Amino acid sequence: MSTGQEQRTVRCLVAKVGLDGHDRGAHVIARAFRDAGFEVIYSGLHRAPEEIVQAAVQEDVDVLGISILSGAHNTLVPKVIDGLKSYDAFEDTLVIVGGIVPEEDRADLKAAGVAEIFGPGTPMSETIEFVREHVDR
Amino acid sequence: MSEGETESAVDELVAGVLDGEHRALARTITKIENREPGYRDLVSALHGHTTGTAVIGVTGSPGAGKSTLVDKLAKAYREQGLTVGVIAVDPSSPYSGGAVLGDRIRMASNVGDMDVFFRSMSARGQLGGLSTATADAITALDAFGKDRIVVETVGAGQNEVDVVRTADSVVVLVQPGSGDDVQMLKAGILEIGDVFVVNKADMDGATTTVTDLREMLHLREGSTGTAGHHGLGSLDADDATTESDADTDDEWDPEVLETVATEGTGIDDLLGVLDDHYTHLRETGELDRRARTRYAAEIRQLLRADAAGLLEAEIDRHGGMATLIDAVQARDTDPYTVADQVLAPLADCVERRRE
Repeated sequence: MSTGQEQRTVRCLVAKVGLDGHDRGAHVIARAFRDAGFEVIYSGLHRAPEEIVQAAVQEDVDVLGISILSGAHNTLVPKVIDGLKSYDAFEDTLVIVGGIVPEEDRADLKAAGVAEIFGPGTPMSETIEFVREHVDR
Repeated sequence: MSEGETESAVDELVAGVLDGEHRALARTITKIENREPGYRDLVSALHGHTTGTAVIGVTGSPGAGKSTLVDKLAKAYREQGLTVGVIAVDPSSPYSGGAVLGDRIRMASNVGDMDVFFRSMSARGQLGGLSTATADAITALDAFGKDRIVVETVGAGQNEVDVVRTADSVVVLVQPGSGDDVQMLKAGILEIGDVFVVNKADMDGATTTVTDLREMLHLREGSTGTAGHHGLGSLDADDATTESDADTDDEWDPEVLETVATEGTGIDDLLGVLDDHYTHLRETGELDRRARTRYAAEIRQLLRADAAGLLEAEIDRHGGMATLIDAVQARDTDPYTVADQVLAPLADCVERRRE
Protein backbone atom coordinates (compact mmCIF):
# COMPACT_ATOMS: atom_id res chain seq x y z
CA MET A 1 0.00 0.00 0.00
CA SER A 2 1.30 3.44 -0.73
CA THR A 3 0.22 7.03 -0.90
CA GLY A 4 -1.21 8.09 -4.17
CA GLN A 5 -0.97 6.07 -7.31
CA GLU A 6 2.11 5.98 -9.40
CA GLN A 7 2.15 8.88 -11.83
CA ARG A 8 4.41 8.30 -14.76
CA THR A 9 4.87 10.97 -17.36
CA VAL A 10 7.13 10.88 -20.37
CA ARG A 11 9.82 13.55 -19.95
CA CYS A 12 11.48 15.01 -23.05
CA LEU A 13 14.26 17.46 -23.66
CA VAL A 14 13.87 19.34 -26.92
CA ALA A 15 17.31 20.65 -27.70
CA LYS A 16 18.83 23.08 -30.17
CA VAL A 17 22.52 22.53 -30.51
CA GLY A 18 25.27 24.59 -32.10
CA LEU A 19 25.10 27.63 -34.36
CA ASP A 20 21.59 27.17 -35.62
CA GLY A 21 19.00 29.85 -35.08
CA HIS A 22 16.01 28.08 -36.55
CA ASP A 23 13.76 27.08 -33.72
CA ARG A 24 10.30 27.11 -35.24
CA GLY A 25 10.41 23.34 -35.64
CA ALA A 26 11.59 22.86 -32.07
CA HIS A 27 8.76 25.05 -30.79
CA VAL A 28 6.16 23.19 -32.80
CA ILE A 29 7.37 19.80 -31.62
CA ALA A 30 7.58 21.03 -28.01
CA ARG A 31 3.93 22.07 -28.17
CA ALA A 32 2.87 18.85 -29.83
CA PHE A 33 4.66 16.83 -27.14
CA ARG A 34 3.03 18.89 -24.42
CA ASP A 35 -0.40 18.36 -25.94
CA ALA A 36 0.35 14.64 -26.09
CA GLY A 37 0.73 14.77 -22.30
CA PHE A 38 4.52 14.76 -22.14
CA GLU A 39 6.59 17.01 -19.95
CA VAL A 40 8.83 19.01 -22.22
CA ILE A 41 11.96 20.85 -21.25
CA TYR A 42 13.16 23.22 -23.94
CA SER A 43 16.85 23.98 -24.01
CA GLY A 44 16.77 27.32 -25.78
CA LEU A 45 18.94 28.23 -28.73
CA HIS A 46 22.66 27.80 -29.41
CA ARG A 47 23.45 25.18 -26.81
CA ALA A 48 26.77 23.41 -26.66
CA PRO A 49 26.73 19.60 -26.57
CA GLU A 50 27.88 19.66 -22.92
CA GLU A 51 24.90 21.79 -21.98
CA ILE A 52 22.53 19.38 -23.64
CA VAL A 53 24.16 16.51 -21.79
CA GLN A 54 23.98 18.36 -18.47
CA ALA A 55 20.29 19.08 -19.00
CA ALA A 56 19.47 15.54 -20.13
CA VAL A 57 21.22 13.99 -17.13
CA GLN A 58 19.87 16.36 -14.48
CA GLU A 59 16.34 16.32 -15.80
CA ASP A 60 16.48 12.54 -16.22
CA VAL A 61 14.57 12.69 -19.49
CA ASP A 62 13.23 9.65 -21.30
CA VAL A 63 13.59 11.29 -24.67
CA LEU A 64 16.20 13.63 -26.05
CA GLY A 65 15.04 15.28 -29.26
CA ILE A 66 17.80 17.16 -31.02
CA SER A 67 16.62 19.65 -33.61
CA ILE A 68 19.33 20.51 -36.07
CA LEU A 69 19.17 22.34 -39.36
CA SER A 70 22.69 23.62 -39.67
CA GLY A 71 24.27 20.54 -41.22
CA ALA A 72 26.61 20.00 -38.29
CA HIS A 73 24.83 16.89 -37.09
CA ASN A 74 27.76 14.58 -37.86
CA THR A 75 29.92 16.48 -35.39
CA LEU A 76 27.46 17.54 -32.72
CA VAL A 77 25.15 14.57 -32.29
CA PRO A 78 27.93 12.03 -31.54
CA LYS A 79 29.36 14.49 -29.00
CA VAL A 80 26.04 14.59 -27.19
CA ILE A 81 25.78 10.80 -27.25
CA ASP A 82 29.32 10.38 -25.92
CA GLY A 83 28.48 12.82 -23.14
CA LEU A 84 25.40 10.82 -22.19
CA LYS A 85 27.50 7.67 -22.10
CA SER A 86 30.03 9.29 -19.78
CA TYR A 87 27.22 9.81 -17.26
CA ASP A 88 25.85 6.35 -17.79
CA ALA A 89 22.70 7.94 -19.17
CA PHE A 90 22.71 6.76 -22.77
CA GLU A 91 21.15 3.34 -22.23
CA ASP A 92 17.81 4.61 -21.04
CA THR A 93 17.54 7.78 -23.07
CA LEU A 94 15.80 7.62 -26.41
CA VAL A 95 17.76 9.91 -28.72
CA ILE A 96 15.90 11.20 -31.77
CA VAL A 97 16.92 13.81 -34.31
CA GLY A 98 14.71 16.20 -36.24
CA GLY A 99 15.69 18.49 -39.07
CA ILE A 100 17.61 18.39 -42.30
CA VAL A 101 19.76 15.27 -42.43
CA PRO A 102 20.92 14.03 -45.85
CA GLU A 103 20.11 10.42 -46.66
CA GLU A 104 23.78 9.38 -46.72
CA ASP A 105 24.36 10.59 -43.12
CA ARG A 106 21.50 8.67 -41.60
CA ALA A 107 23.17 5.29 -41.27
CA ASP A 108 26.14 6.79 -39.43
CA LEU A 109 23.94 8.68 -36.99
CA LYS A 110 21.93 5.57 -36.29
CA ALA A 111 25.11 3.59 -35.78
CA ALA A 112 26.19 6.25 -33.29
CA GLY A 113 23.04 5.64 -31.26
CA VAL A 114 20.27 7.79 -32.72
CA ALA A 115 17.00 5.84 -32.59
CA GLU A 116 15.27 7.65 -35.43
CA ILE A 117 15.59 10.69 -37.66
CA PHE A 118 12.55 12.74 -38.58
CA GLY A 119 12.84 14.95 -41.65
CA PRO A 120 10.68 17.83 -42.80
CA GLY A 121 7.05 16.94 -43.37
CA THR A 122 6.92 14.14 -40.81
CA PRO A 123 3.43 14.17 -39.31
CA MET A 124 3.47 15.11 -35.62
CA SER A 125 1.47 12.00 -34.79
CA GLU A 126 4.18 9.79 -36.25
CA THR A 127 6.86 11.25 -33.99
CA ILE A 128 4.63 11.07 -30.93
CA GLU A 129 3.68 7.49 -31.72
CA PHE A 130 7.35 6.59 -32.11
CA VAL A 131 8.17 8.06 -28.72
CA ARG A 132 5.28 6.28 -27.01
CA GLU A 133 6.34 2.97 -28.53
CA HIS A 134 10.01 3.22 -27.73
CA VAL A 135 10.09 4.76 -24.28
CA ASP A 136 10.33 1.93 -21.83
CA ARG A 137 9.37 3.04 -18.43
CA MET B 1 9.73 -5.72 -10.55
CA SER B 2 9.78 -8.00 -7.51
CA GLU B 3 9.99 -6.66 -4.00
CA GLY B 4 13.59 -7.75 -3.60
CA GLU B 5 14.62 -6.05 -6.79
CA THR B 6 12.89 -2.82 -5.78
CA GLU B 7 14.75 -2.99 -2.50
CA SER B 8 18.18 -3.43 -4.02
CA ALA B 9 17.43 -0.71 -6.59
CA VAL B 10 16.62 1.63 -3.69
CA ASP B 11 19.85 0.73 -1.89
CA GLU B 12 21.82 1.34 -5.04
CA LEU B 13 20.24 4.76 -5.55
CA VAL B 14 20.83 5.78 -1.95
CA ALA B 15 24.48 4.76 -2.22
CA GLY B 16 24.76 6.67 -5.52
CA VAL B 17 23.24 9.84 -4.08
CA LEU B 18 25.47 9.76 -1.01
CA ASP B 19 28.41 9.13 -3.30
CA GLY B 20 27.68 12.28 -5.28
CA GLU B 21 26.56 10.63 -8.52
CA HIS B 22 24.47 13.05 -10.58
CA ARG B 23 22.72 10.28 -12.42
CA ALA B 24 21.58 8.68 -9.16
CA LEU B 25 20.30 12.02 -7.87
CA ALA B 26 18.36 12.61 -11.09
CA ARG B 27 16.90 9.11 -10.92
CA THR B 28 15.93 9.58 -7.31
CA ILE B 29 13.99 12.74 -8.08
CA THR B 30 12.24 10.96 -10.96
CA LYS B 31 11.21 8.16 -8.61
CA ILE B 32 9.88 10.74 -6.18
CA GLU B 33 7.98 12.56 -8.90
CA ASN B 34 6.49 9.37 -10.30
CA ARG B 35 5.68 7.89 -6.91
CA GLU B 36 7.41 4.77 -8.15
CA PRO B 37 7.48 1.65 -5.98
CA GLY B 38 10.11 2.07 -3.32
CA TYR B 39 10.11 5.86 -3.33
CA ARG B 40 9.02 5.99 0.28
CA ASP B 41 11.89 3.77 1.39
CA LEU B 42 14.18 5.89 -0.70
CA VAL B 43 13.15 9.16 0.96
CA SER B 44 13.19 7.50 4.38
CA ALA B 45 16.75 6.30 3.84
CA LEU B 46 17.89 9.71 2.60
CA HIS B 47 16.31 11.65 5.44
CA GLY B 48 18.91 10.35 7.89
CA HIS B 49 21.65 11.85 5.75
CA THR B 50 20.23 15.37 5.52
CA THR B 51 21.82 18.22 7.38
CA GLY B 52 19.17 20.92 7.09
CA THR B 53 20.67 22.80 4.18
CA ALA B 54 19.45 26.38 3.75
CA VAL B 55 16.50 26.43 1.35
CA ILE B 56 15.61 29.61 -0.49
CA GLY B 57 12.21 29.97 -2.12
CA VAL B 58 11.80 32.37 -5.03
CA THR B 59 8.35 33.35 -6.19
CA GLY B 60 6.67 36.08 -8.20
CA SER B 61 4.36 36.66 -11.11
CA PRO B 62 5.20 35.27 -14.57
CA GLY B 63 7.78 37.41 -16.35
CA ALA B 64 9.07 39.04 -13.17
CA GLY B 65 12.48 37.51 -13.83
CA LYS B 66 12.55 34.61 -11.37
CA SER B 67 14.56 32.23 -13.52
CA THR B 68 17.12 34.87 -14.45
CA LEU B 69 17.50 35.86 -10.80
CA VAL B 70 17.86 32.23 -9.73
CA ASP B 71 20.52 31.77 -12.40
CA LYS B 72 22.51 34.72 -11.09
CA LEU B 73 21.98 33.67 -7.50
CA ALA B 74 23.34 30.21 -8.28
CA LYS B 75 26.33 31.77 -10.00
CA ALA B 76 27.06 34.01 -7.01
CA TYR B 77 26.93 31.02 -4.65
CA ARG B 78 29.25 29.11 -6.95
CA GLU B 79 31.70 32.00 -6.79
CA GLN B 80 31.70 31.57 -3.02
CA GLY B 81 32.62 27.95 -3.58
CA LEU B 82 29.19 26.62 -2.61
CA THR B 83 27.29 23.95 -4.52
CA VAL B 84 23.70 24.62 -5.48
CA GLY B 85 20.56 22.63 -6.17
CA VAL B 86 17.67 24.29 -7.99
CA ILE B 87 14.11 23.01 -8.31
CA ALA B 88 11.95 24.96 -10.74
CA VAL B 89 8.24 24.22 -10.55
CA ASP B 90 6.02 24.99 -13.52
CA PRO B 91 2.32 24.38 -13.97
CA SER B 92 1.09 21.52 -16.12
CA SER B 93 -1.93 21.46 -18.38
CA PRO B 94 -5.05 20.27 -16.59
CA TYR B 95 -6.28 18.83 -19.88
CA SER B 96 -3.40 16.81 -21.33
CA GLY B 97 -1.23 16.64 -18.22
CA GLY B 98 1.60 17.81 -20.42
CA ALA B 99 3.84 20.76 -19.68
CA VAL B 100 6.53 22.90 -21.21
CA LEU B 101 9.10 23.53 -18.52
CA GLY B 102 10.92 26.60 -19.68
CA ASP B 103 12.89 27.82 -16.69
CA ARG B 104 16.00 26.04 -17.82
CA ILE B 105 16.44 28.39 -20.77
CA ARG B 106 17.50 31.18 -18.41
CA MET B 107 20.14 29.12 -16.67
CA ALA B 108 22.87 30.50 -18.87
CA SER B 109 25.49 31.42 -16.28
CA ASN B 110 26.11 27.92 -15.04
CA VAL B 111 26.64 26.10 -18.29
CA GLY B 112 28.54 22.87 -17.98
CA ASP B 113 28.83 23.30 -14.22
CA MET B 114 27.45 20.10 -12.77
CA ASP B 115 27.73 21.53 -9.27
CA VAL B 116 24.61 23.47 -10.08
CA PHE B 117 21.99 20.76 -10.22
CA PHE B 118 18.93 22.17 -11.94
CA ARG B 119 15.73 20.21 -12.05
CA SER B 120 12.38 21.16 -13.58
CA MET B 121 9.24 19.78 -11.99
CA SER B 122 5.65 20.10 -13.09
CA ALA B 123 2.58 20.25 -10.94
CA ARG B 124 1.04 17.13 -12.57
CA GLY B 125 -2.31 18.16 -11.21
CA GLN B 126 -1.80 16.39 -7.91
CA LEU B 127 -3.70 18.03 -5.13
CA GLY B 128 -1.39 18.90 -2.30
CA GLY B 129 1.05 16.37 -3.67
CA LEU B 130 3.24 18.95 -5.29
CA SER B 131 4.54 20.28 -2.02
CA THR B 132 5.22 16.73 -0.81
CA ALA B 133 7.14 15.88 -3.98
CA THR B 134 9.09 19.14 -3.74
CA ALA B 135 9.90 18.54 -0.08
CA ASP B 136 11.10 15.03 -0.95
CA ALA B 137 13.24 16.38 -3.78
CA ILE B 138 14.76 18.87 -1.33
CA THR B 139 15.57 15.94 0.96
CA ALA B 140 17.39 14.27 -1.94
CA LEU B 141 19.39 17.41 -2.79
CA ASP B 142 20.25 17.92 0.88
CA ALA B 143 21.42 14.32 1.31
CA PHE B 144 23.43 14.66 -1.90
CA GLY B 145 25.35 17.39 -0.11
CA LYS B 146 24.27 20.61 -1.81
CA ASP B 147 25.23 23.71 0.19
CA ARG B 148 22.25 25.80 -0.92
CA ILE B 149 18.91 24.80 -2.38
CA VAL B 150 16.71 27.17 -4.37
CA VAL B 151 13.06 26.45 -5.12
CA GLU B 152 11.45 28.54 -7.81
CA THR B 153 7.75 28.75 -8.54
CA VAL B 154 5.01 31.01 -9.83
CA GLY B 155 3.38 32.23 -6.68
CA ALA B 156 -0.19 31.87 -7.85
CA GLY B 157 -2.46 29.43 -6.12
CA GLN B 158 -2.36 27.46 -2.93
CA ASN B 159 -0.14 24.72 -4.33
CA GLU B 160 2.63 27.11 -5.12
CA VAL B 161 2.36 28.93 -1.83
CA ASP B 162 2.72 25.55 -0.11
CA VAL B 163 5.82 24.88 -2.17
CA VAL B 164 7.36 28.15 -1.16
CA ARG B 165 6.63 27.31 2.47
CA THR B 166 9.14 24.48 2.22
CA ALA B 167 11.82 27.21 2.16
CA ASP B 168 13.67 28.78 5.07
CA SER B 169 13.86 32.15 3.35
CA VAL B 170 11.28 33.36 0.87
CA VAL B 171 12.14 35.87 -1.83
CA VAL B 172 9.19 37.55 -3.55
CA LEU B 173 9.95 39.09 -6.92
CA VAL B 174 8.02 42.12 -8.17
CA GLN B 175 8.39 44.05 -11.38
CA PRO B 176 8.34 47.83 -11.46
CA GLY B 177 5.21 49.68 -12.42
CA SER B 178 3.08 46.69 -11.62
CA GLY B 179 0.64 48.36 -9.31
CA ASP B 180 -1.75 45.53 -9.95
CA ASP B 181 0.87 42.97 -9.10
CA VAL B 182 1.41 44.59 -5.77
CA GLN B 183 -2.34 44.53 -5.28
CA MET B 184 -2.30 40.85 -6.01
CA LEU B 185 0.51 40.35 -3.54
CA LYS B 186 -1.67 41.59 -0.76
CA ALA B 187 -3.46 38.29 -0.73
CA GLY B 188 -1.21 35.68 0.75
CA ILE B 189 2.17 36.16 -0.84
CA LEU B 190 2.88 39.35 1.03
CA GLU B 191 2.73 37.51 4.32
CA ILE B 192 5.22 34.83 3.40
CA GLY B 193 7.97 37.04 1.92
CA ASP B 194 11.13 37.57 3.95
CA VAL B 195 12.83 39.55 1.22
CA PHE B 196 11.09 41.52 -1.51
CA VAL B 197 13.02 42.15 -4.68
CA VAL B 198 11.99 44.76 -7.21
CA ASN B 199 13.63 43.30 -10.28
CA LYS B 200 14.22 45.18 -13.55
CA ALA B 201 15.00 48.15 -11.34
CA ASP B 202 16.34 50.05 -14.35
CA MET B 203 12.79 50.38 -15.64
CA ASP B 204 10.52 53.34 -15.01
CA GLY B 205 8.47 53.15 -11.88
CA ALA B 206 10.92 51.07 -9.87
CA THR B 207 11.16 53.63 -7.10
CA THR B 208 7.39 53.89 -6.84
CA THR B 209 7.08 50.14 -6.59
CA VAL B 210 9.71 50.05 -3.85
CA THR B 211 7.84 52.76 -1.94
CA ASP B 212 4.51 50.97 -2.42
CA LEU B 213 5.97 47.75 -1.15
CA ARG B 214 7.58 49.34 1.88
CA GLU B 215 4.27 50.97 2.74
CA MET B 216 2.38 47.74 2.42
CA LEU B 217 4.90 45.82 4.48
CA HIS B 218 4.62 48.48 7.12
CA LEU B 219 0.88 47.86 7.17
CA ARG B 220 1.52 44.17 7.49
CA GLU B 221 3.67 44.64 10.53
CA GLY B 222 1.10 46.94 12.06
CA SER B 223 -1.76 44.55 11.63
CA THR B 224 -0.24 41.20 12.37
CA GLY B 225 2.06 42.30 15.14
CA THR B 226 4.62 39.88 16.43
CA ALA B 227 2.71 36.84 15.25
CA GLY B 228 4.15 37.53 11.83
CA HIS B 229 4.28 34.36 9.81
CA HIS B 230 1.50 32.66 11.61
CA GLY B 231 -0.90 35.47 10.92
CA LEU B 232 -2.55 35.09 14.28
CA GLY B 233 -2.04 38.64 15.45
CA SER B 234 -4.99 40.15 17.24
CA LEU B 235 -6.73 42.73 15.13
CA ASP B 236 -7.42 45.11 17.96
CA ALA B 237 -3.80 45.34 19.08
CA ASP B 238 -2.67 48.80 19.96
CA ASP B 239 -0.57 49.99 17.05
CA ALA B 240 1.98 51.81 19.16
CA THR B 241 2.85 48.84 21.36
CA THR B 242 2.87 46.44 18.45
CA GLU B 243 5.27 48.71 16.66
CA SER B 244 7.74 48.94 19.51
CA ASP B 245 7.44 45.22 20.10
CA ALA B 246 8.42 44.59 16.53
CA ASP B 247 11.52 46.67 16.96
CA THR B 248 12.74 45.17 20.16
CA ASP B 249 11.93 41.50 19.87
CA ASP B 250 12.90 38.80 17.42
CA GLU B 251 10.72 39.83 14.53
CA TRP B 252 12.44 39.95 11.15
CA ASP B 253 11.67 43.11 9.21
CA PRO B 254 11.22 42.15 5.57
CA GLU B 255 13.70 43.92 3.35
CA VAL B 256 12.96 45.52 0.01
CA LEU B 257 15.80 45.37 -2.51
CA GLU B 258 16.32 46.41 -6.11
CA THR B 259 17.99 44.21 -8.71
CA VAL B 260 18.62 44.06 -12.43
CA ALA B 261 18.97 40.31 -12.75
CA THR B 262 19.98 40.33 -16.42
CA GLU B 263 23.06 42.38 -15.52
CA GLY B 264 23.64 40.86 -12.12
CA THR B 265 23.13 44.20 -10.35
CA GLY B 266 22.06 43.92 -6.73
CA ILE B 267 22.68 40.18 -6.50
CA ASP B 268 25.42 40.62 -3.89
CA ASP B 269 23.05 42.67 -1.73
CA LEU B 270 20.44 39.95 -2.05
CA LEU B 271 22.98 37.34 -1.03
CA GLY B 272 23.94 39.46 1.98
CA VAL B 273 20.32 39.85 3.08
CA LEU B 274 19.67 36.13 2.64
CA ASP B 275 22.67 35.34 4.81
CA ASP B 276 21.45 37.85 7.41
CA HIS B 277 18.02 36.30 7.36
CA TYR B 278 19.40 32.82 7.82
CA THR B 279 21.56 33.97 10.73
CA HIS B 280 18.52 35.69 12.20
CA LEU B 281 16.49 32.49 11.87
CA ARG B 282 19.17 30.49 13.58
CA GLU B 283 19.80 32.92 16.40
CA THR B 284 16.15 33.41 17.26
CA GLY B 285 15.36 29.72 17.12
CA GLU B 286 12.91 30.43 14.33
CA LEU B 287 14.80 28.08 12.02
CA ASP B 288 14.04 25.23 14.35
CA ARG B 289 10.44 26.34 14.80
CA ARG B 290 9.89 26.56 11.06
CA ALA B 291 11.43 23.14 10.53
CA ARG B 292 9.13 21.69 13.18
CA THR B 293 6.09 23.32 11.59
CA ARG B 294 7.14 21.87 8.24
CA TYR B 295 7.62 18.39 9.63
CA ALA B 296 4.23 18.58 11.31
CA ALA B 297 2.61 19.56 8.03
CA GLU B 298 4.47 16.82 6.21
CA ILE B 299 3.50 14.11 8.67
CA ARG B 300 -0.14 15.23 8.62
CA GLN B 301 -0.14 15.29 4.82
CA LEU B 302 1.25 11.76 4.63
CA LEU B 303 -1.18 10.50 7.23
CA ARG B 304 -4.11 12.01 5.39
CA ALA B 305 -2.97 10.51 2.10
CA ASP B 306 -2.35 7.08 3.61
CA ALA B 307 -5.63 7.08 5.49
CA ALA B 308 -7.38 8.12 2.29
CA GLY B 309 -5.75 5.16 0.58
CA LEU B 310 -7.11 2.79 3.22
CA LEU B 311 -10.54 4.32 2.88
CA GLU B 312 -10.51 3.97 -0.90
CA ALA B 313 -9.96 0.25 -0.41
CA GLU B 314 -12.86 0.15 2.06
CA ILE B 315 -15.10 2.00 -0.38
CA ASP B 316 -14.32 -0.62 -2.99
CA ARG B 317 -15.19 -3.33 -0.50
CA HIS B 318 -18.61 -1.71 -0.07
CA GLY B 319 -19.22 -2.09 -3.78
CA GLY B 320 -17.58 1.09 -4.95
CA MET B 321 -18.50 4.74 -4.76
CA ALA B 322 -21.26 4.45 -7.39
CA THR B 323 -23.17 1.91 -5.29
CA LEU B 324 -22.93 4.11 -2.22
CA ILE B 325 -24.13 7.12 -4.17
CA ASP B 326 -27.08 5.16 -5.54
CA ALA B 327 -28.13 4.23 -2.03
CA VAL B 328 -27.88 7.81 -0.84
CA GLN B 329 -29.74 9.10 -3.86
CA ALA B 330 -32.55 6.56 -3.34
CA ARG B 331 -32.85 7.84 0.24
CA ASP B 332 -32.05 4.36 1.53
CA THR B 333 -29.30 5.89 3.53
CA ASP B 334 -27.48 9.20 3.95
CA PRO B 335 -23.91 10.41 3.58
CA TYR B 336 -23.23 10.41 7.32
CA THR B 337 -24.37 6.83 7.78
CA VAL B 338 -22.31 5.76 4.79
CA ALA B 339 -19.23 7.47 6.22
CA ASP B 340 -19.81 5.75 9.59
CA GLN B 341 -20.21 2.37 7.92
CA VAL B 342 -17.10 2.67 5.81
CA LEU B 343 -15.04 3.95 8.70
CA ALA B 344 -16.33 1.49 11.30
CA PRO B 345 -13.85 -1.39 10.70
CA LEU B 346 -10.96 1.06 10.76
CA ALA B 347 -12.15 2.68 13.95
CA ASP B 348 -12.65 -0.75 15.54
CA CYS B 349 -9.19 -1.80 14.53
CA VAL B 350 -7.62 1.33 15.95
CA GLU B 351 -9.56 0.82 19.17
CA ARG B 352 -8.40 -2.77 19.55
CA ARG B 353 -4.77 -2.09 18.66
CA ARG B 354 -4.52 0.65 21.22
CA GLU B 355 -4.94 -1.72 24.12
